[in-house]
Amino acid sequence: MASSNFEKFKSDGTVLGDVTEWIDARFPMTKMWKEHLSEYYAPKNFNFWYFFGSLALLVLVNQIVTGIFLTMHFKPDASLNASGVPVAFASVEYIMRDVPWGWLIRYMHSTGASAFFIVVYLHMFRGMLYGSYRKPRELVWIFGVLIYLCLMAEGFFGYLLPWGQMSYWGAQVIVNLFSAIPVIGPDLSLYIRGDFVVGDATLNRFFSFHVIAVPFALAGLVVAHILALHEVGSNNPDGVEIKKNKDANGIPLDGIPFHPYYTVKDIVGVVVFLMVFAVIIFFTPEGHGYFLEYNNFFPADPLKTPPHIAPVWYYTPFYSVLRANTVNFFWIDAKLWGVIFMGLSVMVFFFLPWLDRSPAKSIRYRGPLYKGALAIFIVCFFILGYLGILPPTPGRTLVSQICTILYFAFFLLMPIYTKLDKCQPEPDRVTFK
Amino acid sequence: MSCDEKVDCGRRRLIVATATVGGVAGVAAAVPFLASFAPSERAKSAGAPVEADISKLAPGQMMTVEWRGKPVWIIHRTKEMLDGMAKLGDKLVDPNSERHQQPDYAKNEHRSIKPEYMVAIGICTHLGCSPSDKFKTGAESGVDADWPGGFLCPCHGSTFDLAGRVYKNKPAPDNLEVPPHKYLSDARIVIGEDTKGA
Repeated sequence: MASSNFEKFKSDGTVLGDVTEWIDARFPMTKMWKEHLSEYYAPKNFNFWYFFGSLALLVLVNQIVTGIFLTMHFKPDASLNASGVPVAFASVEYIMRDVPWGWLIRYMHSTGASAFFIVVYLHMFRGMLYGSYRKPRELVWIFGVLIYLCLMAEGFFGYLLPWGQMSYWGAQVIVNLFSAIPVIGPDLSLYIRGDFVVGDATLNRFFSFHVIAVPFALAGLVVAHILALHEVGSNNPDGVEIKKNKDANGIPLDGIPFHPYYTVKDIVGVVVFLMVFAVIIFFTPEGHGYFLEYNNFFPADPLKTPPHIAPVWYYTPFYSVLRANTVNFFWIDAKLWGVIFMGLSVMVFFFLPWLDRSPAKSIRYRGPLYKGALAIFIVCFFILGYLGILPPTPGRTLVSQICTILYFAFFLLMPIYTKLDKCQPEPDRVTFK
Repeated sequence: MSCDEKVDCGRRRLIVATATVGGVAGVAAAVPFLASFAPSERAKSAGAPVEADISKLAPGQMMTVEWRGKPVWIIHRTKEMLDGMAKLGDKLVDPNSERHQQPDYAKNEHRSIKPEYMVAIGICTHLGCSPSDKFKTGAESGVDADWPGGFLCPCHGSTFDLAGRVYKNKPAPDNLEVPPHKYLSDARIVIGEDTKGA
């Protein structure tokens, strides 16, 4: 077998050619380059919405690189230092004030977390606009939802590390969610904390999850997401398969090589994104309390919950669903219903490929029912997100209850309304609009 | 090797047996790692009782002490507070403290050993936030126009009366927990220990 590899790749006589030949006989370098870049044929009609996949990768790299450097100065220690401040909290302040350029690296990381969720939410919305989760891309979507779950875990573990008031009480609330599970719940939350209260044991294990376990899983899932995508090929704004129409060489007529066409297009997206990102980092890194909450600039105090606690903005739609459950029914109390519905509100995304029965994939050829349903869903998502930031009042609870019902109706009624919907015929080839 | 060659059943059984034993060993190897998540011996032993001096606690005031890392409230209730509490019956989930959220000596209408002093763990039974005291009554409290005074959890809006009893149709399922406690004298109270357990 080995000898055939030496026959397969021939150098053109240059030094670069010789090196390539030597490597290709031992490692599939050129093969991978072709499969995933220079001969990966993507539909030629990608639009604005297709920037966010590559941007998500960029932000992931940003989080990993800044995270590596933050880890060099951060101390996951809840004990109090000589001046009575928790060591972890003090080490973050040290990064901000004393480490050269530490403030920049820290703000790139903390603001990067919010940027990650903005980019990923837009990336997911693109999938919902153009039916990118539909057959044969179910696994691309499922890996994507798993990545989203990992990101939520990563954000949650990371938010405890500065050991501020919001870190502490946010973790307290989320870990206690598990105690609502019957029978094993209280022991499970004890296991997660590693102590009877959120404490040093919790901080240390969350640090371990945040810097090793979850990023490792995340990297694997990103590879799986891209491999699955490249196996089936990218969807496009028309939602039609470009592999149906191929030229004599078997190359899709509506496909263009990812490199150089989309690598160059994505560079435009990267430049614009970095401009916006830099403006935020330099002028409003805390996002007026939305990216880093003001209460997190107070050290954790186990005896006093801040007068108003709310999660960071990217969790608030689901947090509102949790709070919307205030009624005990079916012998299950409201606390457990809240946890169940909050879990379902995230998990329901997994089932999207099978809930959607529309003959058309793309919103361009779908009828008014899906367009209306998607619009209502997005409005509800924003309202739930906004209410999750505010303290609860009876009126707001009622609104969040209505939005929660509509949120679930979007998914659960989808098999019905997508079938009834009057879709337009899909074109045979991709179009430009 | 071609596909239609006969399978050697003896060797196949050996492969299955080896894989099974290997799998069991793999699962067994996970046990120490999972067990390491449990609270350490040091965490388990750090639960000593704490003493509090209540001689300077004026009527209508409360103080907070730390026991096992949790806030424990001691509330000095006035006569008016106690009278107001008595009228709440049907608004509460568990007005008579039927559920086991307190030691037996605190299973009474005021949920305490002495009617005027309330001792409770200040951790909401919903998701573990520490409720804020809202002792002012009526609209002035910012809670409700007919608010009789009590506690409001800032996280999810659960409300409790001055005995830590939860109001109906709120996220919190249970009354606040009353920790084991006893009086050493009229002015000294110890939390985490009672006369039976001592």
